Amino acid sequence: MLLLDLLKLSLDTFRTHRMRSFLTALGIIIGVMTVISIISLIQGMNHEVERQISSLGSNTIFIQKFAWGMGRLDFDEVGRRPDLTMEDAEAIARLATIARVAPQRSRTIGRINYRGNKATTVDLTGSTPGFATTANISVDAGRFITSDDSLRKRPVCLIGGQVVDDLFPNEDPVGRRIDFEGKRFLIVGILERKGSFMGQSQDNTIIIPLSAFDKYFPLSQSRQARIFGGISIQAMPKPGVPVERAVDDIRELMRRRHGLGFDQPDDFGINTQDTLRDIYRNITRVAVIVMVAVAGISLLVGGIGIMNIMLVAVAERTREIGLRKALGATNRDILWQFLLESVLLSLVGGFIGISLGIGIAKATELLAHLKAAAPFWTILLGFGFSAGVGVFFGIYPASRAARLNPIDALRYE
Amino acid sequence: MAADSVLIRTEGLTKTYRTGRVEVNALCGVTVDIDKGEYVALMGPSGSGKSTLMHLLGCLDTPTGGRYWLGGQDISTLDDIELARLRNREIGFVFQSSNLLPRLSAQANVQLPMVYSGVRPRERARRARELLELVGLGDRTSHRSNELSGGEMQRVALARALANRPSIVLADEPTGNLDTRTSGEIMALFDKFAAEGNTIILVTHDAGVAAHAGRVVRLRDGRIEADVPGQSSIGNRQPEIS
Repeated sequence: MLLLDLLKLSLDTFRTHRMRSFLTALGIIIGVMTVISIISLIQGMNHEVERQISSLGSNTIFIQKFAWGMGRLDFDEVGRRPDLTMEDAEAIARLATIARVAPQRSRTIGRINYRGNKATTVDLTGSTPGFATTANISVDAGRFITSDDSLRKRPVCLIGGQVVDDLFPNEDPVGRRIDFEGKRFLIVGILERKGSFMGQSQDNTIIIPLSAFDKYFPLSQSRQARIFGGISIQAMPKPGVPVERAVDDIRELMRRRHGLGFDQPDDFGINTQDTLRDIYRNITRVAVIVMVAVAGISLLVGGIGIMNIMLVAVAERTREIGLRKALGATNRDILWQFLLESVLLSLVGGFIGISLGIGIAKATELLAHLKAAAPFWTILLGFGFSAGVGVFFGIYPASRAARLNPIDALRYE
Repeated sequence: MAADSVLIRTEGLTKTYRTGRVEVNALCGVTVDIDKGEYVALMGPSGSGKSTLMHLLGCLDTPTGGRYWLGGQDISTLDDIELARLRNREIGFVFQSSNLLPRLSAQANVQLPMVYSGVRPRERARRARELLELVGLGDRTSHRSNELSGGEMQRVALARALANRPSIVLADEPTGNLDTRTSGEIMALFDKFAAEGNTIILVTHDAGVAAHAGRVVRLRDGRIEADVPGQSSIGNRQPEIS
């Protein structure tokens, strides 16, 4: 029997049972659609996150009170840890493997008003001249913080692009003064725009000298302030020094400075880009597993649907099978007839699912400004999966049809 | 005995059906020879085993005991694929009812055996039209079979039975569902094909149908009760030359 004849047979069946075929394929459609759209989105997200993590400054080391991570923070324990100090920063700066260090403190300003314009929830950072290097910051206009600013605790600031947009839509901000938290600051420079990180604008920010920060916003004794409000230190290894080696040096130094015994855990955290990558991978791994499970269940349900319908079709067409066998169809002819039907059904479902999945990815791309790429292998995967489901769940009904005794099949009512 | 003219030979053919604990002996030792070109009616009341015998002769079922040679070949030695091939090439079936695929056209139904024997589509279509012409349905080729009358359906079935030029046509009560006039038309076709030298075996309980045959084999309780020349001069058995 020719493949063409078999194909015609299957298409004929779909034409006679349009609704039934569509409903049967629906499970596959949903399953494949989920797989394709999720993979595309995750690929897009990976791409975006990698770009953003790299934008942090490729080998900056962050020394803080706690390590970044997914686990719950023990606030009591972290609250009791010693604060990081300017002396810590200076000691780290003296390490042979470290090129630059910048201590910093930050807080959020609720609202800034300027001549009828306002900016809200602005990140305020106090740091030193080294911050420009460690935080990968460039100045668009004006100048950065100088050591002179630091020494004299000058109330000067640099503002980010978002703040410029909000407060100075029509004028040059450099040389103007703005008031926040009851203090007046002179704008000496504008930061180059960095875009957003994990959905948060990095341009809604103001930088002032750390000494001025300490003078105007002394550390309160609340637990939250002790955990998040104190000094953190950014450090950058010398060129050619691997980040891991610098991290080891810093850890050893800090343990010594904090007088920790060899069996005591760190009472500080050292974080790098890789820490972020690990966190991100942990988050997405769970998401991927959940999505693959959902898609798998959907494909399983779809496959069972196909098997069910194929069993119905075999029962319905028992007489036809008997007749075909009487006219010379071999068991194999009958097997192929029904197997091809289930495979075609799930392939068509797979095709629709792939199209919808790519469509969803594209739509999300437009809505979320996320580059969602559906790599070619996901399309192959979609087709492979649906064909596999078709074969796996079609083989039993088809072989049942093929094994029918012609005379029993002919007599079947 | 003219060995090369013997098409069908059975020896002590038996068939036992088992339903639960009850065994039914549908055939209890049937020995019969049918020659090429014979026009045979298998007669008998219902339950006599005539349909069972036809199924065995048509290789649709396997005997419980005894042996069966078709064209000199021992059927018991053939596997499933060879049996399918035999049904496809050597045997043409006409069943009593609903033996066409309703969704297909008359022509597509006639083409079915040729689909399974691997005839090229163009050749299939040509041969199918030719056969439909032969049974008087030249103008009905594209009708779906559920749009045809009972008589027309049996004509299509007969055309289909002849598609691969089989050595035997097996017909199981081919006029069972038809009125007298239509039956007459169908039987005239069988007569015509028998006269052209085709081997035809009719299973019937209708003496009127059996009267068309050149030989009548009567079955009762799974045994051959009588094997006599029929009233027709078509497809008579060649006198044996000793």
